Amino acid sequence: MSYQVNGHTVEHDEEGYITNLADWNKELALEIARTENIEMDDERWEVVNFLRDYYEEYQIAPAVRVLIKAIKKSMGPEKGNNKYMYELFPYGPAKQACKIAGLPKPTGCV
Amino acid sequence: MADGDDLPRMDFPLDIPCLKAGAMEGLHPFLAAPEHQAKLGFPGELLPDWKERALEKMAELAERNRAFQVYLDACVKCGACTDKCHYFLGTGDPKNMPVARQDLLRSVYRRYFTFAGKYFPKLVGARDLTEDVLHEWYSYYHQCSECRRCSVFCPYGIDTAEITMAAREIMDSVGMGQKYSNEIIGKVKDIGNNLGLNPKALRATLEDLEEDLEDETGISVRLPLDEKGADIMLITPSADFFAEPHIDGLLGYAKVFHEAGVSWTLSSYASEAANFGLFIGSYENMREIALRIRKAAQDLGVKRIVFGECGHAWRVAYSFLNTLAGPFDFLDQKYPIPQHILEFTWGEIQKGTLRFDKSKNDHIRLTFHDSCNVARASRMGDEPGGQFEIPRNVIRAVCNNYFDMDRDTTHESTLCCGGGGGLLTDDLMELRKKGASPRMAALQQVSEDHGVTHMAAICAICKTQFSKVMPAFGYEMDSVLSVHQLVSSAIVLTGQETGDDEEGADPRGETA
Repeated sequence: MSYQVNGHTVEHDEEGYITNLADWNKELALEIARTENIEMDDERWEVVNFLRDYYEEYQIAPAVRVLIKAIKKSMGPEKGNNKYMYELFPYGPAKQACKIAGLPKPTGCV
Repeated sequence: MADGDDLPRMDFPLDIPCLKAGAMEGLHPFLAAPEHQAKLGFPGELLPDWKERALEKMAELAERNRAFQVYLDACVKCGACTDKCHYFLGTGDPKNMPVARQDLLRSVYRRYFTFAGKYFPKLVGARDLTEDVLHEWYSYYHQCSECRRCSVFCPYGIDTAEITMAAREIMDSVGMGQKYSNEIIGKVKDIGNNLGLNPKALRATLEDLEEDLEDETGISVRLPLDEKGADIMLITPSADFFAEPHIDGLLGYAKVFHEAGVSWTLSSYASEAANFGLFIGSYENMREIALRIRKAAQDLGVKRIVFGECGHAWRVAYSFLNTLAGPFDFLDQKYPIPQHILEFTWGEIQKGTLRFDKSKNDHIRLTFHDSCNVARASRMGDEPGGQFEIPRNVIRAVCNNYFDMDRDTTHESTLCCGGGGGLLTDDLMELRKKGASPRMAALQQVSEDHGVTHMAAICAICKTQFSKVMPAFGYEMDSVLSVHQLVSSAIVLTGQETGDDEEGADPRGETA
């Protein structure tokens, strides 16, 4: 189970989350997004970048509400809401956006 | 992977489906990796001598847990349970009839542990334990959410969930664990909760939520963490720190504690109410998780333990906590040990401590989903049936438009959400949607009859499951609410500006 990017092989788990977080780069993000049928645009990159910054600080993805609050600050209230997040990432901002951002899948009752 | 597009359209929640033999055959959730298994004390992968080990384990369980042996011996195949399982109703697969699912294990037990099965196996439907049988177990014992609805209807009182738990424990002991549950239990051991939320991140999340609360109410409402000497320690599912609508429930608990004027704290060490040790039938793992709560209570020096909205956590807390991690003689004996947040809130409502503006929930027409572990394995308050009445009492105190679903699908006969018992994983999404169909049909009935728009729940799994599957049944994902979210929307804190001049506040009670 792996992604192929620029001749490199990047391993992932059964659900497409990369196994070595250090393998992540923007080309890989585009490749993961492609397999998820997601076309990356500025808004989606903003979410992915926020997730990565938050993860670097806290070693976990932020609560959905924390993400939305941050997006509300940067993109305005019409985009800073749960519904819009699901338009950007139909399988959920936490799981699908984390996958593209190269972060582990949030586990538990979420 | 099928996405459940072939969902049954049920006219009535308990309609018996046409049989579809083999419909769910081969469904196989991801196996736990060796590193997940190791943390729980299980072999990393299927052992070469798995068959002997599995039979030894079965013998050990039958010896150690006499109820298990009785459940294996007592079934007379009367058929009362056949149509009581939401997964059978939703999939039509005859092996999801509870009696048939149990018989996958019972037939092997009979072969090796009964006289007739040893000498005349064909006559009594006994069969050898083979690798095919093992894989069939893995498949169908992960198509049971251990909700125990079928047990309610069993004239012998066979606790069918115990059979599923035993099967999972046998499989774990030979190196065949389920990734979802076992990875999560490992995270609780390493970090303290299912999410893997470390203390620094938890503190940052809580501080962020305190800001939200102050923005919303103009009042400083605290979400204290690791505060020694607090009276109450709140143990809540970590989903309450992360997911929607769970987090709105957490804000509701905080507002209730604030208004009640009690001192309370969360613990970063025991930052999880859930105990997946129950789901995999592992007493040792269940105990290890429960002991974290005891240690946290002692370290923080609290007098009371209150549990947040989490279904199976309340079963473990109410029914098993004292034997797993007791005695709790260091807590204040004047209060229930442990206490449910709904008992606490209902107590405050009766005392008249809390003030509500019920009209804040007037845009909602509500029903309530009884969570299986609360409904069938616990109680709240001092009266029989308190686990049904107290949540409804609290809801009626904060919400004007409340309607129950069909009585055959509520209270002790409640239908599982379809994601309980360790099945709340994306690799079982098709099963989850099909298993939710009976509950969704009951909801659709009250939507048609009474215009119900939203459903409240008191379990983190139910909330996540419904927010994921409801869109497949024509509801918005935010049609499922936390009960304490409704409390949070309606409560008027002392000194709070009511903000009646603001039009169109949204269902979460946020102001844009």
